[in-house]
Amino acid sequence: MSLFTKKTLCAAVISATMITGCSSTGTKDGNASAAANQANQTSGQPAQPTVKVNAAEDQAAITAKKLAEQQAKAKVEADQIKEKQQVALREVRTFYFDFDSAELKAESRMSLLAHAAYLSSNSSAKIVLEGYCDERGTREYNLALGERRAKTVERFLVINGVSRSQLDVKSYGEEKPVALGHDDASWAKNRRAVVVYQ
Amino acid sequence: MKRFGFAQLIVLLNFFALPTVTVAELLIEITGGSESPIALSIVPFSNETSQSLPEIMEQVISDDLSRSGKFSLLPASQMLSLPSRGKEVIYRDWKTLGQNYLLVGHVKFSTSEQLYHVSYELFDVFQQTRLLGEELTTNKKGLRKLSHIISDSIFEMITGVRGVFSTSIAYVTLQRPKGKDQYRLQVSDADGHNDKVLLESSEPIMSPVWSPDSQKLAYVSFENGHSQIFTQEVSTGKRRSISNKKGLNSSPAWSPDGKSMVITRSIDGNAELYLINVKSLRAKRITRQFGIDTEASWSPDGRSLAFTSDRGGSAQVYIMSMNNFQADRLTFEGSYNSRPRFGGDGQSIYFVHKKEGSFNVAKIDLKEGLLQVLTSTSLDDSPSLSPNGRLIIYGTQRGNKGVLSVFAVDGSSRYFLPARFGDVRDPAWSPFPVYQ
Repeated sequence: MSLFTKKTLCAAVISATMITGCSSTGTKDGNASAAANQANQTSGQPAQPTVKVNAAEDQAAITAKKLAEQQAKAKVEADQIKEKQQVALREVRTFYFDFDSAELKAESRMSLLAHAAYLSSNSSAKIVLEGYCDERGTREYNLALGERRAKTVERFLVINGVSRSQLDVKSYGEEKPVALGHDDASWAKNRRAVVVYQ
Repeated sequence: MKRFGFAQLIVLLNFFALPTVTVAELLIEITGGSESPIALSIVPFSNETSQSLPEIMEQVISDDLSRSGKFSLLPASQMLSLPSRGKEVIYRDWKTLGQNYLLVGHVKFSTSEQLYHVSYELFDVFQQTRLLGEELTTNKKGLRKLSHIISDSIFEMITGVRGVFSTSIAYVTLQRPKGKDQYRLQVSDADGHNDKVLLESSEPIMSPVWSPDSQKLAYVSFENGHSQIFTQEVSTGKRRSISNKKGLNSSPAWSPDGKSMVITRSIDGNAELYLINVKSLRAKRITRQFGIDTEASWSPDGRSLAFTSDRGGSAQVYIMSMNNFQADRLTFEGSYNSRPRFGGDGQSIYFVHKKEGSFNVAKIDLKEGLLQVLTSTSLDDSPSLSPNGRLIIYGTQRGNKGVLSVFAVDGSSRYFLPARFGDVRDPAWSPFPVYQ
C-alpha cells in the first residue's frame, strides 16, 4: 500500500471518528455518567460526582494516539523505502556522455545524489572516479577528455557535500573499452565515468 | 616479383622453410605504388663463400625498393644474364628488357676476420655508366642490416632522397589472451622484421617517441595504476621515470636538441603543457587556460610547438612560439583537428582531421593554410613522419583489427603493417641512426 493511500485512509478514519463522536455527544455523555453511577451503586461505593466526560475528546485522544502511531509506522516504512531506493540508486556506478562532451546527463543526477548522500554521511568511505572515451579521435586528447569527465562527476559530488579527500580521479582515455565493436552502440557504452568504491 | 601499379600484393616476410630467417610479427601488405615506376633489375648476388648465406640479400633489397612504390623490379627468371660484377655486365641484355637501372653484387667471407665482404655496383643502363660501387663488411648477423644500407644508397642515388630502409619503428601492440589485456612496447626494423619487446604490461602503454639521437624512447605507462612518463634506453633497457605527478603525466615530446621535453600534466587542475629539462627534470608550465592542452610536437628548428587545444570550444591545432609561449590557432576547418606533427621541412603539419564522422590523417600547409585529407581509411590516429620526410606511418582500423599503415606524401607508395596477432597502434618512426 503506498504512502499516499495510507495517509488518506488515516485522514478518513480520523474524520469519521470525529464525526461519529460529535453526533453522539449528548447521548453518550449521559449514558457514560449514568452507567458509571450505576456501576458504583451496585458495588457499594458512593456515587461519584457526575464528571462530564467529553466523549468526543476521548475519541479524539484515542484517534490522535492511533494517528501518531500510524504516522510513526508510516515514517519508518517510508524511510525503509527511501533507503532501498538509495541503495538501488547507488548500484548505478556508470554514467554516460555524448561524443566529445564532459557534460553530465540529466538521468545521472539521482544516482549521483545518492552517492553524494552516502559519502557525505560516511566520511571514511572513498571512491575513485575513472574517466573513459570511445576510440574515435586521438589517444592523448582522449586521455585528457576522460579525465575531464571524471572531474565533472567529482565537481558534482563536492557541490553536494562530499569532501575532496574522499575522491580520487583517474583517466584511461580510450583504453579498457567495455564494448569492443566499432559502431555507435559500442562507442556509446564506452563514453563513461565510473564510480569505484575502495 | 610482380610489376607494381596499384596491384594488391601480400608479401609475407616469413619463410617457414628457412629456420634461420626471423619470423616477423608485423606483416606487410602493399596496396599502392607509383603510376610510372622506375624499371630496376636486382641480379641475385653471387655467393662466393663456401656456405649458404643467412640472408638472401637481393630479396631484402627487392622488398625494400618495391615497398617504396618507386620501382618495378624485373623477376630473376626473365634475366638474360646474371652478372655479379661490372666487368660481366652486358648492357644490351638489360636495354632489351627496358630496364633503367641494374644492381649486381657478390659476397665473400673472410674466415680469419669472421666477416662478410659484400661488394655491390649500381649501373645506369641507358647511360651505360656505373653510378655506385662499394664494398661493405659485416659480421655473421649483419647481412640483413647491410642489405637495408644498400637499399638506402640505391634509393638516394636514383631519387635524390635519403632512404629510410635501415631505420626503425616503435609501436605498441595489444592482445587479449584469455580476456586479459597484454600491452607490449616494441621496436622493429622499418619493414617489421627483428622485433624486440621493450616493455610488457597488463596496464596501458602509449605514446612512444624517439630521442633525437635514436638511443631512447619516451612513453606513457600505467603500470603503477596511473599515467606516468618513462624514458628507456633501447639497447640496454635502462629506465628512468620522467614525470609522476598527481593527475595526467602524458604526451611526451622531445626537443630537436634532446635537452628538453614538452609533456602534459594536469596537476594544476586540467591538462596543460610543461617544458621539462631532461637532465634536471625541472618543469616550467607553458599553457595557462581552462581547456585541454596536449599532444605537443616540436618544429625541426626547435622554435615552435604545435599542439592540440580545445580552448576555443573544440579540439584544434595551435602553434606556439617557444620564444614567448604565445599560441595561435592553426586549424579552422572542421570540428575536430588534433595530434599535430611537423613535416620534415617545418613548412607543413600532419594531423588528424574529422570529416563527416571519419577521422583521417590530413596535412596543412603553414604558409597558405590549405588543408588536404591524405587517407581513405577511417579511424586514423598517431601519424609519425619518417626522418627523410617522405613517408607517414599511422595507426588505423582495418576490419576488426588495429593496424599500422604507411603512405608516401607524394602518393607513390602505400602499404599496411598489421600485427600477426592482436592490435598494433601508436607508431613512431626513428630518426636516422647515429652510427657510433
